Amino acid sequence: MRFGIAVYPGSNCDYDTYRVIRDVLGEEVRFFDYRETKIENIDCMVLPGGFSFGDYLRPGTLSAHTPLTQAVIDYAEKGGIVIGICNGFQVLTEAHLLPGALLPNIHGKFVCKHQYLRVENDSTVFTNKTKKGQVLKIPIAHHDGNYFCDEETLKQLKENGQIVLRYCDKEGNVSSEANPNGSIENIAGIVNKRGNVFGLMPHPERASEEVLGSTDGLFILQSILSS
Amino acid sequence: MDERVLSAHGLTIDEYRRIVELIGREPNEVELGIFGALWSEHCSYKSSKPFLKVFPTEAPWVLQGPGENAGVVEIDDRYAVTFKIESHNHPSYIEPFHGAATGVGGIIRDILSMGARPVCAFDSLRFGDPRNDGKRGDNIKDSKPIVHGVVKGIGFYGNCIGVPTIGGEVVFDEVYAGNPLVNAFCLGILEKDRIFRARATKIGQKLVMVGSSTGRDGIHGATMASAEFSEETEEKRPNVQIGDPFFGKRLIECTLEVMQKELIVGCQDFGAAGLAGSTSEFGAKSKMGVRVYLENVPLREEGMTPYEILLSESQERMLYAVDDENVEKVLEIAKFYGLEAAVIGETTDTKRMEVFYKGEKVADLPISAIVDDAPVYNRPRKEPEYLKETRSFSQKNLPEVDIKDAIKKVLSSPTIAKKEWVYRQYDHEVGINTVVKPGSDAAVLRIKWAVKPEINSEKAVVISSDGNGRWAYLDPYEGGKRVVAEAVRNVYTTGAKPLAITDCLNWGNPENPEIMWQFEMATKGMADACRELNTPVISGNVSLYNETVLPDRRINVYPTPVVVAVGVLDRPEDAIPSFFQNEGDMVVMIGEVDKEPTVNGSEYLKEVHGTISGSIPPVNLEMEKRIMAFIRENRNRIKSAHDVSDGGLITAILESAFADERTFGLDLDIKTNYRPDFELFDEMRSVVVISIDEGNLSTLRYEADKREIGFKVIGKIKNDETLKLRIGSVEIIENMGNLREIWEGSLGKVLE
Repeated sequence: MRFGIAVYPGSNCDYDTYRVIRDVLGEEVRFFDYRETKIENIDCMVLPGGFSFGDYLRPGTLSAHTPLTQAVIDYAEKGGIVIGICNGFQVLTEAHLLPGALLPNIHGKFVCKHQYLRVENDSTVFTNKTKKGQVLKIPIAHHDGNYFCDEETLKQLKENGQIVLRYCDKEGNVSSEANPNGSIENIAGIVNKRGNVFGLMPHPERASEEVLGSTDGLFILQSILSS
Repeated sequence: MDERVLSAHGLTIDEYRRIVELIGREPNEVELGIFGALWSEHCSYKSSKPFLKVFPTEAPWVLQGPGENAGVVEIDDRYAVTFKIESHNHPSYIEPFHGAATGVGGIIRDILSMGARPVCAFDSLRFGDPRNDGKRGDNIKDSKPIVHGVVKGIGFYGNCIGVPTIGGEVVFDEVYAGNPLVNAFCLGILEKDRIFRARATKIGQKLVMVGSSTGRDGIHGATMASAEFSEETEEKRPNVQIGDPFFGKRLIECTLEVMQKELIVGCQDFGAAGLAGSTSEFGAKSKMGVRVYLENVPLREEGMTPYEILLSESQERMLYAVDDENVEKVLEIAKFYGLEAAVIGETTDTKRMEVFYKGEKVADLPISAIVDDAPVYNRPRKEPEYLKETRSFSQKNLPEVDIKDAIKKVLSSPTIAKKEWVYRQYDHEVGINTVVKPGSDAAVLRIKWAVKPEINSEKAVVISSDGNGRWAYLDPYEGGKRVVAEAVRNVYTTGAKPLAITDCLNWGNPENPEIMWQFEMATKGMADACRELNTPVISGNVSLYNETVLPDRRINVYPTPVVVAVGVLDRPEDAIPSFFQNEGDMVVMIGEVDKEPTVNGSEYLKEVHGTISGSIPPVNLEMEKRIMAFIRENRNRIKSAHDVSDGGLITAILESAFADERTFGLDLDIKTNYRPDFELFDEMRSVVVISIDEGNLSTLRYEADKREIGFKVIGKIKNDETLKLRIGSVEIIENMGNLREIWEGSLGKVLE
């Protein structure tokens, strides 16, 4: 499979994602500069984590207005597979490829830790290697991961099975204690209605090697491979 | 010359006379500014230089010792690491957020300028005790907002620039209330035959300035960092620089790209003393002259004078030495990354620093006068009076205490309590190399990178930072030795081979003979330990004048050496964890297990008895080496290892039991001939607590005997979350969950 990775100024998980795709998954991968206008010859586009444009104005906002993001929108409209991780998720909501918004964490602090996540939908392109109710352990690291949307949107997300991951505890209980940032209904990751665009705050690329403490991120990355 | 003008530049009358003698005339205002900045304590090390010469700086694996932007040690036959620690104390009191943030940015650029990819940061922090907030009077700020600001600032910069903060230390003590210590460390990885240095290689090479534009921020930061704090300090707020990690990140990518493409020959970051500092140091190291054209410097403010342009400490700027034919390519790459870039000068054969502004020569000085002829002071030294009293302290007179209460008090001390509140706010995972994360004795980092440059070592580095002001206050020589020993011990408890250290010496006012005496003694002690443990000093920083001047008195910080030790492991998977692994395993003390314990200078003495006193016994470096060899050779039989330090034996055992995902129970039976509180809270012996499978007991005991290392079984790991402790006539039963809650929750409670 051929992956593309978006590089905005200030992206800082681009190299990590590149390394995992190339060295752990053993797949083809290339970078796309934010000034590029076309996305071609790839099978999946990754919007990586980081602080694109220094998070100025609002995380993801400036990146959402770049030529590359316009190309990502076109690519997604044609059915291309897109995954946005952390800052990439923020870019996807700012570009309206995904509904809702990511607000500052409710406690006002950056949070970095290994986080348990419950799989809510195992039939997406991004989770077909998981089982509904499965608990994954994947790191989070963000200041603005507090997912919010209005009631109508939330209703639709639920009806369409668009909520893919929720923050939970080790046993899989979705509770306010297990919510690291104040996200509405503990939402950690959602897909668009069509199911080809996925945004999530946790970093699967940081949980892809045993030596780093978890390989649960591979469930997501390998789901994409078998899609 | 008006004394007030001189004093504004941090120069004395004698220093001014020396300048006149050196250049054969009176300096103009710009030249005076250059001297003021470059001859400041911060840049010239004029009080500390003679004492730093005692440090050992060489070993077969050291590729670059002190004198460059950072030192370099080799890791395997192809790769090396470069690292350094630096202080940002003064700015962090005035403006905690930006002071700390720019401290991180500055040290990252030091590492970058060596040609390395910066891959991790550490931060060693010292604050006043937040429990005393509101009780200090008007002259000293509350500590809590400073802690919040500093931690947020470090996170803001490190998280955004993509360099993980993977460890450090946080200590609380009233002496730091008016002068917190913020020491930032960074480590980078590089190919060992591609080290860059701060120098040009030919006459006529162009000096290219890249990065952010230049503004009025941080003018005379170096002079500020070399003065004591007083009520006027608040007015120095504009002297604090503002950091922008977004620029910093692009500067990393740009610099590594021009290095990789071999478009530049040398590199230097703009640190203290700004353009004046970096160009003159560049000239001095290249043994050449430099010519600088100030009108070419990209500015962000209107109407800046030559003086201001030359001395601005605006952040995120780098200086490259570039051959003529590569200048266009370098400017293009800088533009690609959205950075300002301009040719601002060139190297000459005059050995002079000539500065022009719109055709007019505004400074013309011999570089040697600025850089090499800075005054060096052999300041008077005298043994401090207070030592008579602290040395006469005897622990025998301490009242007996309830051991269970004492354990809880020590665990809840902000200095001992878990630092999760702090490190949760740092991205410690970016870079996907962090194998052992914050919360252990030492951090373990893989040496791999995918792009610019591609690095693929099978080895790992192990890093630990340790400082101790209390020990050095009670005995600078032994304290200095102990700080080095402890940092090195934290590295070797993982099974790694310690390679070298970097140090930051945070001291009070050097014009006080007692403080200078402490400096001389501590550096001697550190040097002796480095020699004995074969861990040379490859870089470092001195921060003096950490002093708070109040209307009625002066408070100097404890003499505080902070050491970061770096070692190498054959494989990251080999690292011995700090945490217990399995129930049923035996808990064993190794090292000086039967030596008479002392609680002098301990956290227990401070928290439970309210005293900071006592003499510091010499650290047994021979024993340290034996334990190091024992652990390395028996690595496969040792399931966990954690050294006994702050909070003593019982704290070390409990910390090991509070594993990431579970809390172990303990059945401890500690045989001792001494008072139980001394045995449990002593911080002075060379002791490591290990856990082992019972089946390996006799083998390990034999191995320990062979090396003349004490080996004492003190208990067993249980499944039931209960602490059962028998020691002497004392018997305690306590719920481990309760203890964990105290240890984990205390810091957040004090700070929120």
